[in-house]
Amino acid sequence: MHFTLNGAETEVDAHPMKRLLDVLREECGLTGTKEGCGEGECGACTVLVDGLPVVSCLVPFAQAADAEVTTIEGLGGTHPYQHAFAEFSGAQCGICTPGMILAAIALGPDPSLDDIRTGLAGNLCRCTGYEAIYRAIQNA
Amino acid sequence: MTPAVGRSVSRKDGMAKTLGTAKYIDDLSFPGMLYGRTIRATIPKGRVRAIHLDFDPAGFTIVDYRDIPGPQCNFVALIEADQPFLVSDEINHVAEPILLLAHEDRDALLAAEVRIEYDEAEPVLDPEQSPTVFKHLRIRKGDPEAAMATADVIVEGTYRTGHQEHVYIETNGVIAVPENNGITVYGSMQCPYYVHKALKALLVLPDERVRVVQTETGGGFGGKEEYPNILAGHASLLARKSGRPVKMVYDRVEDMIATTKRHPSIIRHRTGVMKDGRLVAMEIDVLMDGGAYVTLSPVVLSRGCIHAAGPYRCDHTRIDGRAVMTNTPPNGAFRGFGAPQTQFATEVHMDRIAETLGMDPAALRELNALRPGDTSATGQVMGEDCSAVEALRAGVERSDYHRKRAEYAGSNRGIGLSLFFHGSGFTGSGEIYLASKATLEATETGARIRVASVEMGQGTRTMHAQIVADALGIPYENVEIVQPDTHQVPDSGPTVASRTCMVVGKILQRCAEEMRERLGEMTPGEYVREHGPLSITKQFEKPEEISWDDTEYTGDAYAAYGWGCDVAEVELDPVTYEVKPLHLTIVHEIGKAIHPSMVVGQIEGGSAQGVGWALNENVVMKNGGMANPTLTNYTIPTTLDAPRMDVIVLENPSGYGPFGAKGVGEMPIDGPAPAVVNAIRHLGLDVRSIPAIPETIMEVACTSR
Repeated sequence: MHFTLNGAETEVDAHPMKRLLDVLREECGLTGTKEGCGEGECGACTVLVDGLPVVSCLVPFAQAADAEVTTIEGLGGTHPYQHAFAEFSGAQCGICTPGMILAAIALGPDPSLDDIRTGLAGNLCRCTGYEAIYRAIQNA
Repeated sequence: MTPAVGRSVSRKDGMAKTLGTAKYIDDLSFPGMLYGRTIRATIPKGRVRAIHLDFDPAGFTIVDYRDIPGPQCNFVALIEADQPFLVSDEINHVAEPILLLAHEDRDALLAAEVRIEYDEAEPVLDPEQSPTVFKHLRIRKGDPEAAMATADVIVEGTYRTGHQEHVYIETNGVIAVPENNGITVYGSMQCPYYVHKALKALLVLPDERVRVVQTETGGGFGGKEEYPNILAGHASLLARKSGRPVKMVYDRVEDMIATTKRHPSIIRHRTGVMKDGRLVAMEIDVLMDGGAYVTLSPVVLSRGCIHAAGPYRCDHTRIDGRAVMTNTPPNGAFRGFGAPQTQFATEVHMDRIAETLGMDPAALRELNALRPGDTSATGQVMGEDCSAVEALRAGVERSDYHRKRAEYAGSNRGIGLSLFFHGSGFTGSGEIYLASKATLEATETGARIRVASVEMGQGTRTMHAQIVADALGIPYENVEIVQPDTHQVPDSGPTVASRTCMVVGKILQRCAEEMRERLGEMTPGEYVREHGPLSITKQFEKPEEISWDDTEYTGDAYAAYGWGCDVAEVELDPVTYEVKPLHLTIVHEIGKAIHPSMVVGQIEGGSAQGVGWALNENVVMKNGGMANPTLTNYTIPTTLDAPRMDVIVLENPSGYGPFGAKGVGEMPIDGPAPAVVNAIRHLGLDVRSIPAIPETIMEVACTSR
């Protein structure tokens, strides 16, 4: 099946009902996308599909056909949020961080605090209490 | 050179985590690797009558208790040897492991069906009815019975706290690799040397043939303190039998059903006070539900009881603690380690005392707060770094407590506070028994740290490197850290008990100071080129003036304490009875903030976890097992549930920690729950148990408001 992965045209031969999460991690070797719960509650596996945040543990691979998929690896260290999360302690244990950054990017530029709190409500972090994540996004 | 300590330098692990390149256990793979699965009991008490494998066993590795070298090896080596790795006959809790399977194809592994027939027996599920006491301890100071008789008023109450699940976002996981005539285990863990000890005993292997390597760890909070021992044992048994690497990573449901939780507690207070608010006698009975096996319950109980009288002076105190058995999965280490439970009870009780006396809750606390020179329940004389009063005053002032308390009266808003403390490091003689070591090596450009303390988000690597950099006088960037690996690092003890900075950091500071002396005028690189390798290993040294009596439970329980005050503001929805935490003012006195932004991160994260414990997190137990083992049904605070937080860090240095630092990791979870419940009390609702979910509050509202 064909899709665009982090800007590159990609062909992967995998079952259409395989979780996008597993396709990314196992077929494509991109382990930056994490599994936290497998039921769409924690958001650790968030990736962008055509610019929209999805929990890749609930998305069958078939739904990514011909779509543009962006994972944390696709940011290549160039996104200001990647530096801000590191600098402002927005990442502690780091397991929620890739999904959190992608979900934050989906909020668009300069989100307000209310936008951030609403937009990230599907991404659980157990380390920070979220305040450092707000600081990272607002200071990026 | 700008000092590193006291500055929020770049985290050593920051960019790897934001780039997604940091490797956690599930990101690793080995050639020929199998996947492992655990078949678990579905009843709380009974015996295995028969096991039926309803699948074709070809391609499977199957392990049961008979694959363990001998019956004397089938116990997880911890405080007591009572918890089996695999059931041989008797089942003592739901989710107890019975059988292990491994297969190279994960789908085939998960499709395998195993039927188990049981002879069921009557379980003990109510801790108050348990006939088995794992640990009973008593603390006694003065003559509480006589003093109680002199009190103007006696206030009594019973307080309850529920289980709490850690919900590290990375579940428990390991990979066991059979190699070098022994076993190597990689995994998400807090205590590599605990796992090392457990594997040596299970597999009857000498030290050098067991190697344990910590991988990047996605949160621990105590949930990866002792549990990885049993999981590493399981993966190792499968790996040894199959001769291939075996990966076992729990899914969320298994992690919630099978792994440890915070001990539920029932705590009774009986307190004698004078009309002016002075505490004259405290009697406290602590009951903790240990679950089916001893695991760490005695030491959780110990820390809980030592903190049970709160940060208050009272000359006549009796604390009686019991940890008991129930046929439920063993409860274990969780941030705070018993102290959050006992201080919840004390702090809610303090507000009830204030209410009884018609006194302001802050004034009652200020009157009784420990000051330098006062003695704790164990008779420990408080040092100059005792900051209870300072923390309280800062919290009251910063939150505008008194104005808001008057302003919110009669509305749906409430404000409440809590005052608390937390001992840093192992309790009593614990650090002497641990005898932790740390090693520092000179390198071409600076120094390399070898310690077993793990990074699990709290910032170990960064904080240790800052301490070494300044003690050695080299740039922070030139300090390297070796990944914890029992073949590469000495035993620095477990990464628990708010000890990584104060205790292990102090040993590293001593290593660096000696290295500084040895180097003389040379740089580390010059020294190594001229004299060859330079490696300094130091061991924990007990400060001479600290003494503790293990049998009488008296003396210096901890070398230093942190002090905290939380002020919570909440809003009640009068239709749904949902309480929304709006704001938390948090004051922590921690000696010295080595890395201010990581310190604030620990405080905010621990506080949010405490608010979750108070309001959201409800482990529903049915017939001895967790009935809601998913993140859909067990809810932790999201961005919309967590309150906004205002953190004030105070620094009153302790001579026992590096650069004056005391512990910080656990204390943040001591304060939020009682502050929130006291804010609910301000609304006129007499809540005495948590989680204060809407159903609980409705029940209280219907009877007390």
